[in-house]
Amino acid sequence: MADQRWGGPAILVEDLRKSFGEVAALRGIDFVVEKATVLGVLGPNGAGKTTAVRILTTLLAPDGGRALVQGFDVVQSPEAVREVIGLAGQSAAIQDELTGRENLEIIGRLYHLGKGASISRAAELLERFDLADSADRPAKTYSGGMQRRLDLAASLVARPSVLFLDEPTIGLDPRSRNAMWQVARDLVAEGTTLLLTTQYLDEADELADEILVIDHGQVIGAGTSETLKDRIGGDVVEFIVTNRLRLADAAAAVSGLSDTPPTIDVDSAHISIRVGNRGSRALVEAVRALDAAGIETEGLGVRRPSLDEVFLTLTGHAAEERTEGEGATKGRGRQRHPKQQAGALGAGEGSDR
Amino acid sequence: MTVAMTTPTALTAPPRPWGQRIRYGLTDAAALTRRDILVWTRVPAFMFFTIIQPVMFVLLFRYVFGGAIPVSVPGGYVNFLMPGIVAQSAAFASFGTAIALAREMQRGVIDRFRSMPMARSAVLLGRLSADAVRMVITVLVIVGVGYAVGFRFQNGFAPAVLMIVLAVALGLAVCTVSAYVGLAIRDEESVGSFGLIWLFPLTFVSAAFVPIQTMPGWMQAFAINQPMTIVIEEMRALALGGPLVLHAWESAVWLAGVVLFFVPLAVRAYRKPS
Repeated sequence: MADQRWGGPAILVEDLRKSFGEVAALRGIDFVVEKATVLGVLGPNGAGKTTAVRILTTLLAPDGGRALVQGFDVVQSPEAVREVIGLAGQSAAIQDELTGRENLEIIGRLYHLGKGASISRAAELLERFDLADSADRPAKTYSGGMQRRLDLAASLVARPSVLFLDEPTIGLDPRSRNAMWQVARDLVAEGTTLLLTTQYLDEADELADEILVIDHGQVIGAGTSETLKDRIGGDVVEFIVTNRLRLADAAAAVSGLSDTPPTIDVDSAHISIRVGNRGSRALVEAVRALDAAGIETEGLGVRRPSLDEVFLTLTGHAAEERTEGEGATKGRGRQRHPKQQAGALGAGEGSDR
Repeated sequence: MTVAMTTPTALTAPPRPWGQRIRYGLTDAAALTRRDILVWTRVPAFMFFTIIQPVMFVLLFRYVFGGAIPVSVPGGYVNFLMPGIVAQSAAFASFGTAIALAREMQRGVIDRFRSMPMARSAVLLGRLSADAVRMVITVLVIVGVGYAVGFRFQNGFAPAVLMIVLAVALGLAVCTVSAYVGLAIRDEESVGSFGLIWLFPLTFVSAAFVPIQTMPGWMQAFAINQPMTIVIEEMRALALGGPLVLHAWESAVWLAGVVLFFVPLAVRAYRKPS
């Protein structure tokens, strides 16, 4: 109903602030999410991601600032906001003892869909989330991935136009995670607006149209995955020097490619150098320079920086303590390095709004 | 990603009409009542608290302690015991309320409800009406077992029904305390260990199982005046005959007082974000 009258973005947040006692969880953040797009909110534990989601879903009152969802103010018109949103949190908010079907039917009743519509909507969602075979088993017999799918199904019962997913894939195996991503893509294709918080950089890279990097309750970077990558220095030319003794010569040979000095990892004989947006041109130059110097290399190539590196550069620390090496192992972009640019970029870019 | 230059004005939502509000309040509570009852039918532990534990208490007190406790009521100890044990069981049954609410808080179920356009009162109202159903079952089972081991109402049918109603009212009043405990502590395990501790002195240092005159003097002062004794004495008068009026008023005032005090606290704890 509201959607027709409201011409603005699906979510609009201005100078949103929230403190818990002495601890400032949000120190004035701003962002907008256009309709039918995905905003990935990226940040380490305690960055303020969940606090932002809780305010936007009317679970928590902000101390200051303003937040509109489909045009409705979360403080002034919480009931109207609740009509248009769906929320799936970090844990599966389902009733273990009840079957998947019962869980969804009850949610339907609580959304006032009426009995018949609740039953048919539940069946439809069970089918869609590949739970039809287990629909009449108690949810406690479900695997972690199935429980999370059921939880997501529950958040979609009333066909929300704005969906909040708070770390939806945390603790899921890769297969369940891919399934979850596919569902998210489908929903956005159908016109749903999605706000997704995550610690997983590859998840944001995969799903989000725009990414908001927050740390310590502040926005420290915003834009598309590509603009964020460009911002930290763009493409990287990298290679391994076959003969370790010539590592220094190799670094000297390629140092002319860029204003930033190459990064040398002595243990792996690996050299990388940031070359802005002239990736392939720089690659050719690197080949020539190394050849002229008579240096043999392995795995010479150019790549885009990973969001890991973006995050590291913006915050000066890693995005997360990854468990069991799960998640982003994209290319070779894992070397942890300089903090020196972090301060300048983080402070300068973060507060320009 | 730039914030719009002209800040749009928020839409205003018309307030929900009162008729719809009340209708939603009732249908939401009814949906949750059904859900809670459905959950109990799946959980053996709840059946234990609801039926087996009270039955065990009846048998233990009736046969283990019963012979050692002289009382002066018609029909002997079993008749003395039954109103007390019914009251205790109704009060103990509130444990499930605290556990269930703490668990839902912890699991995020209540967060989901709070993010939905459902009546704010429904979680508590639904829970309490499901609890009322459970109380009635508990009380009827115990009275049935009591009849099997020699208990008889002495005062006619209507007072017997009133005794059961009073027991259920007592149980529900204690449930409001439990609801607050569960919603405030928000942790299933902590609630589990805190559990019934606060109820033990109230139920045992009362007229439930022994005549108060057998207790030491300092304890009698507490035992005579505390609400459990007052309600139990009224139940006993209803079941076995005796003066009704004084304890009836005091019982009503106590129960209403507890409900009026703890319901707002529980509602506040429910609204308060975790």
